[in-house]
Amino acid sequence: MKKTEYVKLIDTTRCTACRGCQVACKQWNEMPASRTRNFGSYQNPPDLQWNTWTLIRFQEYADKNGDFKWLFRKDGCMHCTEAACIKVCPSGALYHTDYGTVALNRSACIGCKACVSACPFDIPRYNQATDKIYKCDLCYTRLHEGQKPACVLSCPTGAITIGEKKAMIEAAYNRVAKLDGKATVYGDKFVGGTHVMYILSENPAAYDKLPSNPKVPASVILWKNLFKPFTLIGMGAVAGMAALHYLIKGPHEVHEKKEGGEHDV
Amino acid sequence: MTNHYIDLKNSDVILIMGSNAAENHPIAFKWIMRAKDAGARVIHVDPRYTRTSARCDYHVPIRSGTDIAFLGGMINYIIEGNKFFRDYVVNYTNASFLVNPDFSFKDGLFSGYDAKKRTYNKDTWTFQKDENGVPLKDPTLKHPQCVFQLLKRHYSRYTLDKVSSITGVSKENLLKVYEEYSATGAPDKAGTECYALGWTHHTSGSQNIRTMAIIQLLLGNMGIAGGGINALRGEPNVQGSTDHCILYGNLPGYLKMPNASLAKLEEYLKKNTPTSNDPQSANYYQNYPNFFVSWLKSLYGDAATPENGFGYSWLPKLDDGKHYSQLHLFDRMYEGGIKGLFAYGTDPAVSSPNTNKTRKALEKLDWLVCANIFDNETASFWFGPGVDPKQIKTEVFLLPAAATMEKEGSQSNSGRWVQWKYKAATPPGDAISCGDIQIRMMDAIKALYAKEGGPNAESILNLKWDYKDRQGNMDVLKVAKQINGHWEADVEVVDAGEKKLFKKGGLVPTFGMLRSDGSTSCGNWIMSGSFGADGENKMARRGKDDPTGLGLYPNWSFAWPVNRRIIYNRASCDIYGRPYNPKRKLLEWTGEKWVGDVPDGPWPPMADKEKGKYPFIMKSDGVASLFGPAMAEGPFPEHYEPLEGPLAKNPLSSQLINPTIEIFSSDLDQVANASEKFPYVCTTYSCTEHWCSGALTRWQAWLLEMQPELYVEIGEELARELEIANGSKVKVSSARGEAKCIAMVTKRFRPFTIEGRTVHQVGMPFNYGWLYPEDGSDSTNFLTPSVGDANTFCPEYKAFMVNVTRL
Repeated sequence: MKKTEYVKLIDTTRCTACRGCQVACKQWNEMPASRTRNFGSYQNPPDLQWNTWTLIRFQEYADKNGDFKWLFRKDGCMHCTEAACIKVCPSGALYHTDYGTVALNRSACIGCKACVSACPFDIPRYNQATDKIYKCDLCYTRLHEGQKPACVLSCPTGAITIGEKKAMIEAAYNRVAKLDGKATVYGDKFVGGTHVMYILSENPAAYDKLPSNPKVPASVILWKNLFKPFTLIGMGAVAGMAALHYLIKGPHEVHEKKEGGEHDV
Repeated sequence: MTNHYIDLKNSDVILIMGSNAAENHPIAFKWIMRAKDAGARVIHVDPRYTRTSARCDYHVPIRSGTDIAFLGGMINYIIEGNKFFRDYVVNYTNASFLVNPDFSFKDGLFSGYDAKKRTYNKDTWTFQKDENGVPLKDPTLKHPQCVFQLLKRHYSRYTLDKVSSITGVSKENLLKVYEEYSATGAPDKAGTECYALGWTHHTSGSQNIRTMAIIQLLLGNMGIAGGGINALRGEPNVQGSTDHCILYGNLPGYLKMPNASLAKLEEYLKKNTPTSNDPQSANYYQNYPNFFVSWLKSLYGDAATPENGFGYSWLPKLDDGKHYSQLHLFDRMYEGGIKGLFAYGTDPAVSSPNTNKTRKALEKLDWLVCANIFDNETASFWFGPGVDPKQIKTEVFLLPAAATMEKEGSQSNSGRWVQWKYKAATPPGDAISCGDIQIRMMDAIKALYAKEGGPNAESILNLKWDYKDRQGNMDVLKVAKQINGHWEADVEVVDAGEKKLFKKGGLVPTFGMLRSDGSTSCGNWIMSGSFGADGENKMARRGKDDPTGLGLYPNWSFAWPVNRRIIYNRASCDIYGRPYNPKRKLLEWTGEKWVGDVPDGPWPPMADKEKGKYPFIMKSDGVASLFGPAMAEGPFPEHYEPLEGPLAKNPLSSQLINPTIEIFSSDLDQVANASEKFPYVCTTYSCTEHWCSGALTRWQAWLLEMQPELYVEIGEELARELEIANGSKVKVSSARGEAKCIAMVTKRFRPFTIEGRTVHQVGMPFNYGWLYPEDGSDSTNFLTPSVGDANTFCPEYKAFMVNVTRL
């Protein structure tokens, strides 16, 4: 029987960027810290990394009227219904849970990085040292025990909440109706609906690294329909992976150099 | 806080000024968000756009150190625009009182100034009195010598043009804040103020707060739900430590530390016990002797008798006219006048101002004892940057202390809620609680004194010191119960018409029963009642009922005094005891008693001329002070420039700086006011990710990952001018020292126009030191001056002058 489908709602209009969620995530998932440097921003680490599954992005922004805004956005896996990462995952390591979220069975991950290329939100991160992929699993084990995800629990202002999908979507629209005209709901209108949704105070295009209209790449759909059924049969996997990588991103490198291990930025 | 955290949700307008609440009180900020959800306006006035600004309705930038000018302009706006709450002002403040005709204010100075001593003779800062000794009043507020008219005259100089020119706030922004905030002068509206170190860390710190208190009184915002003056105090248990006298001039419960000239108990009590000839003034501090003698009994037990003045002569005394603040301590240490220092849970080598002076001062010590959970820059000063350990004579001891979660006890939040907590883990290794360190040390000192004698032997040997459990460890419940107070004899008391017998050794149920004859003992009178007479630890209560619906939660923990959640709450009602705001009914007089919060005393409201009392019972006159003669600088706050600022002349008077601050004059106390060498205003602050000096949080890898090193926030305009790129290394320097750090170029600092010219401000966190992380970030306080507020000596960390150069 399918369990309740959950949505985690991130209300950016309530976020104070205290980053309790960023630390709580590391604590619960036992992820180490990297030695960072200040690169001229509060944002740190500078980007998501194999050991940073959620990150508050800080962005200084002037709107059309010239009004200054400091935008905070908690970045991390959106847990898509039409999840490109699951579609391309040749080993079945990435999968949908009963909650509609996207979990990762790391022992099954073969480190092919297909998901890294496929994800329209640029979420999964590869760790060279373990040859595995890392990302948020919306605290699957906590949900399983009836507990809130660590980030939700840590949030002092109620900017991160979780609940049954329909109710959360309704709550999101109710909240937006109370906010000024620019506020929008983000997440229910694409990739079959995401299980992490935002209330954004500005137009989505205003936010760094947030696609306005995310899609499962056409190449992934092609892959899914044509090749995937055969990929794990014997030696075909390797060739298949190379083909997939080329289809999605072309011949250039993705993240490998930037990701993995401890690094200075 | 006069109110409490949850009460912030009851506010209609929240002015956050002198605080970065979202960053430094992140959990508490949820109550501000609740108010916002309910339609409140939230305004942030701050030199810098912060994470708090991002969640407020709007942010108003202001030059550091000019809050009194900003608020003085608001007082002017409120009075001139007739926006004040007249009933409240007439009945509940000293607005109508007639001031001594010899009192004056001229060109920045009040009457009685002694330029040599930098202090005031306050003889003229008094009220005219009738033949019975009751202050003369003019309830029409028209008498030219009444407080209201003097106040009006004083702040009439704070015009929009003047204030804008001093603060750098546009006139448009000034009017916007003044208009929105003064709308809370309506009887059914509540406005509150949240401040923190942004107001206290100034040479004008106390007066910043007092200026706001005047505004709150004019608007009738004191004593009401959603109102008050709310100091957001933090995780360091600032509330608890001040309640228990961390400041040198205080004894527990804000009793006064005695001066050497008050040799006898009677003299001391006479000096500190206020009197009132007004029969309607409760003048609650007339009970001062009960609190003080009970405290002496808690200190010296049976050795304290009426014959020996309850041991008053054994107490150490302050030399008259001398001060003992941290600034003074390090000044004297630097002069070589102090031999030893205990530094528990503190890291002055990072956190005290003027780091060069502080660290040099430490070298003059013979010995230094630190107790901490980690090593820090103070305990390791002897091998710090530029220090040759061979040249250091100081013997340093570092005692491993238990962390807060490793011990049981009470913690007080800003709302005066004293909450009991239990030990969550056993301290590692040899670490023990600071209380246990004290007990072991004092045991040894007592034994040595018993054997060898020594100076002030009676003070040591007569000390009541029975706070151990059977294993010889500190028994925190014994300590807490002594703080609450005991009966020292069998006593019969008439309470609410009923005779009750209290047995010797039992717990005193409330400070109302404390006595000055030696029959009670109490370690801190304001905490009396934290235990029930039956032994219930009220601090451990966790009841979630909320009968008023205002979030008072009277059965959750214990709030001092007597579990009152909002102090001066009788002022939320009119003189007949009817709530000014029926929608947020905090208290109401039924004709027989008060219902709601625990009232400020049981007496009927003041319309009852026979039995009724005025609402501000802790003030000797029974009303709140618009005219406040207790302050060092004068009864009305006045704007002075910081010790170091961009201006050579104060636009308001000939007095450039606060005329009553103490100026330290060692060779390391350099000052550069209005200097071309140091053209930029600098302020310092904490960030969410670190705590105070960072001595605890810098060792935490997840926190360090988020805020790894020292930075200076610089506006884009200034960065362009200085050709400084975002993320590049820079040097910030002042007349006293320098700090190397990363430039964070931001839109969140904008240049100000001050007196017609552009003034840039920059800001830096104060959370870093050389010991860890090992990459060169050191203390921001190399830049700050050793100067402090004239009343409290809280150091000026918030306004001084620097230069910024590329590295």
